[in-house]
Amino acid sequence: MGDFDFSVIAENWAFLAEGLRYTVQVTLVAMIGGIVLGTALALMRLSSNPLLQRFAAAYINIFRSVPLVQVILAFYLILPLVLRLVTGQMIPVGADTSAYLTFMVFEAAYYAEIMRSGIQSVPRGQVGAGYALGFTYAQSMRYVVLPQAFRNMLPVLLTQTIVLFQDVSLVYAIGATDFFGAADKITQRDLRPVEMYTTVAVVYFLICFALSRLVKRLQTRIAIIR
Amino acid sequence: MIEINNVSKWYGDFRVLTECTTRVAAGEVVVVCGPSGSGKSTLIKCVNALEPFNEGSITVDGTSVGARGTSLPKLRARVGMVFQHFELFPHMSITDNLAIAQIKVLGRGRDEARQKGLALLDRVGLKAHADKFPGQLSGGQQQRVAIARALAMDPICMLFDEPTSALDPEMINEVLDVMVELAQEGMTMMCVTHEMGFARKVASRVIFMDHGHIVEDDDKDAFFGNPRSERARQFLDKILQH
Repeated sequence: MGDFDFSVIAENWAFLAEGLRYTVQVTLVAMIGGIVLGTALALMRLSSNPLLQRFAAAYINIFRSVPLVQVILAFYLILPLVLRLVTGQMIPVGADTSAYLTFMVFEAAYYAEIMRSGIQSVPRGQVGAGYALGFTYAQSMRYVVLPQAFRNMLPVLLTQTIVLFQDVSLVYAIGATDFFGAADKITQRDLRPVEMYTTVAVVYFLICFALSRLVKRLQTRIAIIR
Repeated sequence: MIEINNVSKWYGDFRVLTECTTRVAAGEVVVVCGPSGSGKSTLIKCVNALEPFNEGSITVDGTSVGARGTSLPKLRARVGMVFQHFELFPHMSITDNLAIAQIKVLGRGRDEARQKGLALLDRVGLKAHADKFPGQLSGGQQQRVAIARALAMDPICMLFDEPTSALDPEMINEVLDVMVELAQEGMTMMCVTHEMGFARKVASRVIFMDHGHIVEDDDKDAFFGNPRSERARQFLDKILQH
């Protein structure tokens, strides 16, 4: 390790930072989109309609049973074909763009299960109280159940997001330039694997460790008093 | 106001209600009592369709509860309900608990709903707690807020499902006081409760249930004077012993 060359890091810092920015962007988009989609899936899975129930169950089971890297690859290859079928034209979809959709759709399966247990953690009497006041199903979900479910599950949702943040690195398989992908590309060019991979690992560790400490502190602060 | 005709209900093979028939006229206070598992909570929940029933009919102010075209949210918005476990919304302040349904269901303005909520809070003696959260209040206080929340909807009648059974003994009276006051103002009430003192004071009639049947349905004086059925007499002997 005597010849650890810090200048390689300094020289390529702008490129790495650009990759990190992309990773954060994908994480945020996939988190917001995934939670919205996942909540819808959770509601479907808990609905009394067997068709919706089965659709949601199938969706969740399929995505939770396939390796993420395969899903990334499949979306990257299939998305242009689907778009051509729908629009009749060839629309090129870059790796960077397809990753947004992939992660949103994939993470929704995980967020759905979190939201499902969150919804189930709200006592049944709360729903009854909402109905008794004249709320419709949608209103009792929106004003009574989901806010409580979301708050109960916030630490778990954020922990899942930290995992998602790390998993975005898998887009290097389709050549997208996320934080890890950027380091990988520099490695290929400059042949400095030790410097590059160590730097990336340290940065990932620092960010994720800090975030999970934050989640822990949040956990005690947002608990609903019952 | 409330008419219950031959209502029966099954959970699978188990029959929880057997041909229950009774009525609550406007301004009446009807107390429903009976041993646990007798179906009294189930019956009162059928009135605002929180529990479905299989046979018979229930009408509230002329609206048939079980009928297909009935808008349950509209019906429930006019029928106040108070639960054993209060069921205030723990993620909202007391003020918001009182205002939310007025705003979202009745379409009242935010200020109007707030004013109405505060006035009712004052009425149940809890104005000072407006900005607190339910978890910061005692059980008795929470139940009084729950009554205020139901009243904020200007209900045509009120249903009470064992409103004092989850309370510590020293908090029961503060809730009963509010209920007595309400009864004396002429509110139509159907109350599932074991508080016989309350029944003696304000009930018009007392219904005694056992095993899903309405066994006794009498004027208060007749009920406490001379319950006709053996089962009701045993029940009263047990709970009035001390």
